[in-house]
Amino acid sequence: MLNPTLLYSLVGLALFGRGLFALITSSHLLRKILAVNIMATGVFLVLVATAYRAGSGEIDPVPHAMVLTGIVVAVSTTALALILACRVQETSNISLLRAGNTGNRPKEPAR
Amino acid sequence: MPFDAPDWIVAPIILPLVAGLSCFLFRRHAFATALAASLGNGGAMAVLVRQFLNSGPARYSVGDWPAPLGITLRTDGPAIIMLAMTAVTGIGITLYARGYFSFRISTPLKTGRHQRQEQYFWPLWMMLMAAMNALFLSADIFNLYVTLELISISAVSLAALSGKPASQIAAFRYLLVSLLGSLSYLLGVVFLYRTYGVLDLFMLEGMVSPGPGAWAGLALISVGLLLKTALFPMHFWLPPAHANALAPVSAILSSLVVKGSFYLMFRFYFEVFAAIIPAPPLNLLGILGSGAILWGGFQAMRQQRLKLLIAYSTVSQLGYLFIAFPLARLSNDSHAWGPVLFLALSHACAKGAMFMAAGSIFLHVGHDRIKDLAGIRTYLPVTSFAYAIAGVNLMGLPPSGGFIAKWLLLTSSFISGQWLWGLIIIAGSLLASAYIFRVVSQLFVTPTDHQIRVRHHHHSPLLEWPALALAMISLLLGLLAPHLFNILSVGAGVAPGITGGWLP
Amino acid sequence: MTPTRNDLKQKRSDPFPLLVSICIIGMTALLGKIIWSLPTDTHGLEDQVARHLDQSGATSPVTAVLLNFRGYDTLLEVMVLFLAIVGVWSLTEAPAQGRAPDTSPVQTSVVRILAPLMCLVGAYLVWQGSHLAGGAFQGGAVLAGAGVLMVVAEMPLIMDVPARILRLGLVLGPAVFWAVAVWCMIKGGALLSYPEQMADSLLLLIETGCALSIGLTLAALFVGGRPKHDLPALTKTPAPDNGGTEC
Repeated sequence: MLNPTLLYSLVGLALFGRGLFALITSSHLLRKILAVNIMATGVFLVLVATAYRAGSGEIDPVPHAMVLTGIVVAVSTTALALILACRVQETSNISLLRAGNTGNRPKEPAR
Repeated sequence: MPFDAPDWIVAPIILPLVAGLSCFLFRRHAFATALAASLGNGGAMAVLVRQFLNSGPARYSVGDWPAPLGITLRTDGPAIIMLAMTAVTGIGITLYARGYFSFRISTPLKTGRHQRQEQYFWPLWMMLMAAMNALFLSADIFNLYVTLELISISAVSLAALSGKPASQIAAFRYLLVSLLGSLSYLLGVVFLYRTYGVLDLFMLEGMVSPGPGAWAGLALISVGLLLKTALFPMHFWLPPAHANALAPVSAILSSLVVKGSFYLMFRFYFEVFAAIIPAPPLNLLGILGSGAILWGGFQAMRQQRLKLLIAYSTVSQLGYLFIAFPLARLSNDSHAWGPVLFLALSHACAKGAMFMAAGSIFLHVGHDRIKDLAGIRTYLPVTSFAYAIAGVNLMGLPPSGGFIAKWLLLTSSFISGQWLWGLIIIAGSLLASAYIFRVVSQLFVTPTDHQIRVRHHHHSPLLEWPALALAMISLLLGLLAPHLFNILSVGAGVAPGITGGWLP
Repeated sequence: MTPTRNDLKQKRSDPFPLLVSICIIGMTALLGKIIWSLPTDTHGLEDQVARHLDQSGATSPVTAVLLNFRGYDTLLEVMVLFLAIVGVWSLTEAPAQGRAPDTSPVQTSVVRILAPLMCLVGAYLVWQGSHLAGGAFQGGAVLAGAGVLMVVAEMPLIMDVPARILRLGLVLGPAVFWAVAVWCMIKGGALLSYPEQMADSLLLLIETGCALSIGLTLAALFVGGRPKHDLPALTKTPAPDNGGTEC
């Protein structure tokens, strides 16, 4: 039987999967960061849905606290990732992350 | 505080953490603060070991809220070994980093950059140390998630610290992989919490039963942690990130950071889910570990740059840690998991020493192309020696810690009739000796036709001796093995007797 | 880097995304099925929280969990934020502010009105966190909003805060939190075990300190780099931070 809690969980899982797909297939730095954020949102949605316990009919505050913690962690990591992406674009002038992009020059520079 | 106070358990977290805050605030005394914190961490660790030997495993409720409601910390054998690993390697790395940065500041290639690197290195490194200790001590699956993120953020920032384009791209990949790993882990935690309604590792251990919730949780957690541990074939991010970082950072990443997520794997597979795990997932881990040993060793042989070689050797050595997973189960006792932590410990010391030695060579010669390093021993005898000794440990020659650990793994594979794992261990050691000798023979040969060009002739003791000290520790660990195995057996209570009979 | 025609052609014939999507859909469906099948009548920790709520110093259960029962998580979480700003500062210097001479007077005056109001709202959120939804993070986020507005409007005062003061502000929250945690331990309890009669005031102290630092941290993350004067004056001019082959 589909109740709202279950629906939230399933939507959360779908977001997680969608984000994972984008993370793997898209190669733009910003898209990858956004994909990770979508995944995080999915996980938080599942976590919040866990707060409603049919067993006791009450709301469990622990998942709420966990989601709050998780959001702050996600904000911090996103900020770091964005700045890092900016640096990558500035220093190596690429905006796509592909298998071959290592940033190493093809040849050792002469000394 | 009396030495038997339970509060000592938080000292390894608080000391480096406060040091990290203060390094950020008062930069002039950053090194002194960091050194004091590293030494203090070592002292606190010694107190914990003493407490542990006197009274066994301990638990500590943060905020006096007992387990299901609050968060608990705990010490037991594995935690103690890992804390010791962090403390010992940490002191070495702190000293080496000082030598490294002051050497670079004294020979300015690009003024300003080195000062910036040093100023941010200290707070990040101290926070990383605190986070590692917090991870090893925590007994709460959600709290572990937070510590994992603390480790990722500080490790990624450290990896990007060198400012080179290559290191920043590598750090970006590293960040994405660790975020993916953390999220997968967190989703696993959600499944477990939904199923069992607790977050405490001990309570979870008592409650787990085979079922879809447990399997989904365990699978997600495993994938997340394996990504972070860089187990083959999820290792693609590790070599560039480790090889392009600054030398002290490479040492930190390779010797400590990968062990954090491995330790969690260990916790989940050998404690929490130990009772219900069937053979196939363990065998899968063993197969991946074998792949890592062979592929990492093969890649290490092909590398032209010293730091990349060492980084691939990390990929290979991490494989050994996972071969123990099927062994521990198949041999139907716990003889295999004691050595695995021991291997982690000795690998931490040896790999730290190797990256330090490579960093010193790089600083003095200005490159790390292996073919041009012939005869460096003449200029850097201590460093070359340290590299060779650390290599002895990776190859697994006696009396090194690596030897004991691999020997025990071999024994348990033969006793349990699992010859295949044993063969792979041997093959991995042969590969290791090939790639170690490839470098060592270069370092120690004296070329007749050309002179090596050394940029800087003056020596800094801090640049050379910490590497040698760590290498010697990894070499002599073999002699300490019986004591360490005693600690382990006090530890989890799973293995009552991993003692002398098993040692060669 | 714009995708060339060759790239696009490759993309069209690439079976990789299809494979990945099939795998991911399969995985998601499996997880969904498992969630569907999980028993719904399980218990979480709500009973435990309700039973101990009156000893926690907060009346809102979420705040009680966040700052008291699982206060250690929050302690580390504050460190995550702190680490993020240290990491960002280590990566790059803040982009130079344009100091555009034509900042609209409307913008400036709106910010002048809004910023103090937002600070008030932030303070209120922190204050009511003990009994309703709210708390340090919410309050800090609103404070950060005020900070971001002022940065965007290029208020002169904000841009010229000395780096040392800024660092002090960033450290304040974590330092207060840890100081309280350790103080509780020295008083004879465990780490973070607030004495029951002082719990509410200690929580308020922590929330205030953390809210200030969180607001500052988020605003600093928005600026996206260390302040110009964060490094001591150098004898030589620093070279640009790219290139180089040193390790």
